[in-house]
Amino acid sequence: MTAQHIFTGRLKTPFHPRITELDSLNTWHNWAGYSSAEALYCEDMEYFAIRNSTGVFDITPMTKYRITGPDALNYLDRLVTRDMKKIKPGRVAYAVWCDDQGQVMDDGTIFHLREGEYRLCSQERHFAWLKAASIGFDVTLKEETADVAALAVQGPTSYSILKNMGVRGLEELKPFGLIHNEFLGSELMISRTGFTGDLGYELWISPDKALELWDALFEAGKEYGIRAIGTHALGLARKEAAYLAPFEDFLPAETTVRTGRTRSPLELGLDWLVDFSKENFNGRKALLKEKENGSQWNLVKLDIEGNKTADHSYIYAHEKNNKSEIGFITSAAWSPICKQNIALGTVRSPHGKPGDTLWVEIYYQREMHWNRVMAEASIVDKPFWFPARRGKTPPDPF
Amino acid sequence: MKKYDVIVVGAGHNGLANAAFLAKAGLDVLCVEKNDYIGGAAVSRELYKDWKYSNCSYVCSLLRPEIYRNLELHKHGLQVTPYGGSLQFMENGDYFGSYHDPEAAHREMARHSLHDADAYSRYSTDTMRQCRLIRDFLLRTAPDPTSFKPRDIKELILLGNKFLELGEDRLYETIRFWTMSVAEYLDEYFETDVIKTALSGSGIIGTALGIHSPGTAYVLLHHYMGDVDGNVGTWGFARGGMGAVSNSLAGAFQSYGGEIRSEAGVDQIIVKNNRTKGVALESGEEIYAPVVVSAMDVKRTFLNCMDKNDLPGNFYKRVKNFKIRGSSGKLNIALDGMPTFPALSENSEFIGKADMHFIDSMERMERAYDDWKDGTWSKDPYIDCTIPSATDPTMVPPGKHFMSCFVQYCPAQIEGRAWTNEEREAFGKSVIDQISNYSPDFKDLILHVEIRTPQDIEDQIGITEGNIFHGELTMDQLLFNRPVPGFAQYRAPVKGLYMCGSSTHPGGGVMAAPGANAAREILLDLKLKNTVPENFGDD
Repeated sequence: MTAQHIFTGRLKTPFHPRITELDSLNTWHNWAGYSSAEALYCEDMEYFAIRNSTGVFDITPMTKYRITGPDALNYLDRLVTRDMKKIKPGRVAYAVWCDDQGQVMDDGTIFHLREGEYRLCSQERHFAWLKAASIGFDVTLKEETADVAALAVQGPTSYSILKNMGVRGLEELKPFGLIHNEFLGSELMISRTGFTGDLGYELWISPDKALELWDALFEAGKEYGIRAIGTHALGLARKEAAYLAPFEDFLPAETTVRTGRTRSPLELGLDWLVDFSKENFNGRKALLKEKENGSQWNLVKLDIEGNKTADHSYIYAHEKNNKSEIGFITSAAWSPICKQNIALGTVRSPHGKPGDTLWVEIYYQREMHWNRVMAEASIVDKPFWFPARRGKTPPDPF
Repeated sequence: MKKYDVIVVGAGHNGLANAAFLAKAGLDVLCVEKNDYIGGAAVSRELYKDWKYSNCSYVCSLLRPEIYRNLELHKHGLQVTPYGGSLQFMENGDYFGSYHDPEAAHREMARHSLHDADAYSRYSTDTMRQCRLIRDFLLRTAPDPTSFKPRDIKELILLGNKFLELGEDRLYETIRFWTMSVAEYLDEYFETDVIKTALSGSGIIGTALGIHSPGTAYVLLHHYMGDVDGNVGTWGFARGGMGAVSNSLAGAFQSYGGEIRSEAGVDQIIVKNNRTKGVALESGEEIYAPVVVSAMDVKRTFLNCMDKNDLPGNFYKRVKNFKIRGSSGKLNIALDGMPTFPALSENSEFIGKADMHFIDSMERMERAYDDWKDGTWSKDPYIDCTIPSATDPTMVPPGKHFMSCFVQYCPAQIEGRAWTNEEREAFGKSVIDQISNYSPDFKDLILHVEIRTPQDIEDQIGITEGNIFHGELTMDQLLFNRPVPGFAQYRAPVKGLYMCGSSTHPGGGVMAAPGANAAREILLDLKLKNTVPENFGDD
């Protein structure tokens, strides 16, 4: 008997036919084995769709697991650092989970779909880890990435568009809430979640209804500036919202070879996600010790003077006395919406307190020649972009 | 009665920017506005139910990002969204479009002329070189070439070095550029009429000159030096209309403790012993402050709101001769739907998104100016037509549209006398007819039209002759010559009186730079810490 040869190319999501119709730039990249568009017609305009009207992004390749069974809650509570008991049915939780050393394996979102029924979404594949962690719990784990088609619908007119499409129950849907509707005989899950820091939703449906959903959505959005967008536009929006991106702002613990390249949730500014009042969770002991003894690193959100983007820059404590750097930038951008030179970085303790000033060494190229500038950077507390509309319920029409 | 540290006259974007930086420095600032709404010529007004009109200025690109950032205007509701491309409809049924994407732009230009498509890169490099030269000076006070103050000498050296850096050949080119006409400038690069026409529009906007008039090449630059997030030359819409610019500046000003009073038009700036004491309002009320800043244009400030005897004779004469001629009008139109344009394919990405023009030859451009010289409006005008509602979801009900038509040329007076209502209607008709030639269903979609001649703009906003730049941007009225030689550093000839409107360096275009620069000078005089940001620079 000969085994079936596996498919060695890039997979296509159920939305692929519609996205290719709109694509005129032919710039695709690999996202967990799927083709994902970097930009479709103009990166800048796609970014502004998110901030001005609505951008639609295909998130189907995101890794998804279904967690069910009598022990589902206890299992998740043991797995992640935050208190999952507080996440009622119909709610969504941003969460991180750690290895035994308290180092972040990944971040993701956990959807409490119905009583005792959860979906965990993440960047990386974790089935082995999730399975190992399930020993002793009466739970069923199922990898369902390909079984669910999903779209992020993000921007100030997203509420109007979904209402126009006939979604019911949106008026009461708060950030990090989810509801179920019916769409052409299938269940359509709508969550008020996203990766843009703006008003926005994510739609989840069976792949065989994906194209119908896309068409209905775009028809409903015609007069509300709906636009399909690629990864680059989303990447800029997430930096403005100061959301972390794995492999940019931290490395999943299991992927690092060198010692000291991992980060704990405390080092990533995620202490609000760590609930020590829970009796046990993975990494608790190590994190408690870190909390007592202090962390080695701190994640910083930087507002940098000038307009030269600080990609790959070293960070210094002083402008002149800069013999030794204290850290480096992990992601940087010029924020079109804030007109701010923004960056996320990682610096050694005790540096990194909000309000403090650091210095960033920026190299930038102008007509082949390189220039260098030491730019003053203030550490800020809040996300760079956090509009009132993001949290308003019911949202305004635009 | 309460006495303020500073009174700013006029709550337009420059007045508010000026007031915001002064309030940020800790001063007790009052901004007075004659209208019952703020914003001056950067406003969003509901002139038709559920429609927001940017009924004066309509696009945003020159607003200095340094100011935007420093005053955290995004926290006060400002969002600028770029829009895509521009269109030139042609009488033969074709069109010439320009695209944001350089490859698409080249392809479309090559459809009309391969020569011009390839020449564009040289044109764009040369123009950018001129932009770089001037951009550095936007957020700086122009040096006084006759002064021996260390600061002026330092700034003059900087200015000189900028020029010397260019090298000999380019220095010649620069001097030619600053004095030549936009038509001559474009002739050096392009051979195709419609392409030259498309590029020439920026050379005359807001200026009572024709494309063949010397000095218009610089005006072109003034429209190119703006940017939206580093995309130099890109124009954008303020979300919610241009009022969002003023409202966000007002929000910043108030967050620093500033106070705004509308329906408080200034009748006189009070001067005693060559010193400003405050202002007398039209209502008769007097408000006192040792510093008064006028955001009004220079003519309105010095000729209408001051006693001639308080001003040096020569200064008064110069202000009187300052060129601030009415040259453009505006039509603001509510539309029941998106008009169709047979020249464009049904799914053309230009529909609604592009800046549209309905004129296709250099001769038609110049003829439009001939009408103005004859004391009447252009019968075949240059229209800069945008449909911001196709980009901005906040302006009108879904499926409906708002169209803004900037129209040139349109004189302040008809053959030396006031406009009649019939003439205003006829002016509007010539605009609507021209658009209808390229869009058969356009007329049927019109729900409401606001027609504004320069006289209407002056009556409502207060700008002399409705000149969008508060004075023309010709070499004799730029840098240290703006508004008047010897008075280019925002200080009026009366102690305690300052100017911060677009009649001052670096001029109009919703930059907020004059307001910010004036604030820097005032803080310097008051020996307070500067709150005005420096230019980002681009070395």
